Amino acid sequence: MAEELTVSSHIKHHLQNLAFGRKHELVDEQNNLWEPTGSWGFATSSSEAAQMGFWSIHVDTMLMSITLGALMMWYFRSVAKKASAGVPTAMQNFAEWIVEFIDTTVRGSFSGGKTTFVAPLALTIFGWVFLMNLMDLVPVDIIPFLVQHTTAYFVADLSPHEVYFKIVPTTDINAPLGMAITVLLLIIFFSIKIKGVGGFFGELAFQPFGKKMLPFNFALEVVTLLAKPFSLAMRLFGNLYAGEMIFILIAIMYSAGMVIGSLGALLQVGWAIFHILIITLQAFIFMVLTVVYLDMAHQEHH
Amino acid sequence: MNINATLIGQSIAFLFFVGFCMKYVWPPIMQALEERKKKIADGLAAAERGRHEQELAEKRAQQVIYEAKDKANEIISQAQRRGNEIVDEAKGDARVEGEKIMASTKVEIEQEANRVREELRSQVAAVALTGAAKILSREIDDKAHTDLLEELVSQI
Repeated sequence: MAEELTVSSHIKHHLQNLAFGRKHELVDEQNNLWEPTGSWGFATSSSEAAQMGFWSIHVDTMLMSITLGALMMWYFRSVAKKASAGVPTAMQNFAEWIVEFIDTTVRGSFSGGKTTFVAPLALTIFGWVFLMNLMDLVPVDIIPFLVQHTTAYFVADLSPHEVYFKIVPTTDINAPLGMAITVLLLIIFFSIKIKGVGGFFGELAFQPFGKKMLPFNFALEVVTLLAKPFSLAMRLFGNLYAGEMIFILIAIMYSAGMVIGSLGALLQVGWAIFHILIITLQAFIFMVLTVVYLDMAHQEHH
Repeated sequence: MNINATLIGQSIAFLFFVGFCMKYVWPPIMQALEERKKKIADGLAAAERGRHEQELAEKRAQQVIYEAKDKANEIISQAQRRGNEIVDEAKGDARVEGEKIMASTKVEIEQEANRVREELRSQVAAVALTGAAKILSREIDDKAHTDLLEELVSQI
């Protein structure tokens, strides 16, 4: 089913992850009825990916994020192994600069005692999210193009259009949301650890309006609690998704002739420079807000 | 854009990386940073101490120089005083010696003069006698004239 390459199919293609799950096939085109085929594999269209339901996985997101995370950890570990109080090498200097920056930031916003957990958490978030965001600066078509054509070359019955690949994990809602849910679990864990189960639920139920308004309090505080990680995920996702979308739209300008194409090149450079700021800022915001939320979880009442 | 199990995968990967960072990355780097901080602080303190010691030594050296200058001045003035004394002494000695020499010379001169005067006196008397005897040989009363001459000689 080789579609014609139109602007809208190009955009759609860029917005679809490489999903792995139970294969489905369209049995009734008029009613859009899909049936599982009983085997597992990669979705070959957006509609099929949508049919796979919750128990499918975005292989590109996982691959890119784990590769980037491992890369970061490998770098910091190699520095940590050789870390000494002597004159630092350039590589050690850079890592120490980041670590020191994170340490200062965490100490500035976290008042709940030792930072032995929060500081490494902040470093991981900052470094990892930054690297995942950084993939946004790789020209949008290069890696998907390579992946599509190599896969299609090796797998005979696939056309390049049926292979999807998104290289920016943070433009897949699952990645930021997965991290945010982990942050939510950490908030709950530390709240209970510091204030006890009673203290935590007391905070949820008995304020801000006292015991008489318990259901109302509860509803309000649960929304507050859930809004924290949700906004965290949405902010990161929204910024990166929008940025990616603009890169895709600029890329489309290249197919509109010399004049508009050169304008597109200019825009691309401008947007990329601006985006360096955004990706760093978003990584920083995710980190700082996580630290602040955990700090609030450590506080006894407001 | 579907929400699916990637969520769980991401959470697990996230926790794994945080754990790894917490166990193998953060502590060694922080330890190295702390150690370096301490080392630098120690170094700065040592430098400060060194500078302080140098200041003290300079002060001490200055003091030694002043003392030496004082001593030298004292020695010089003492020497000058001593020199003056020696010159004065020598002057005094010379004057005394000179006076002594002058006095003895005067005595000698006087003695010589007296001796010459005696000699002259005796010789003048004789010469005058001889002369007078020769000129006035005949008419002279030896006796009377000798008395006269004796008187004349005694007047010299």
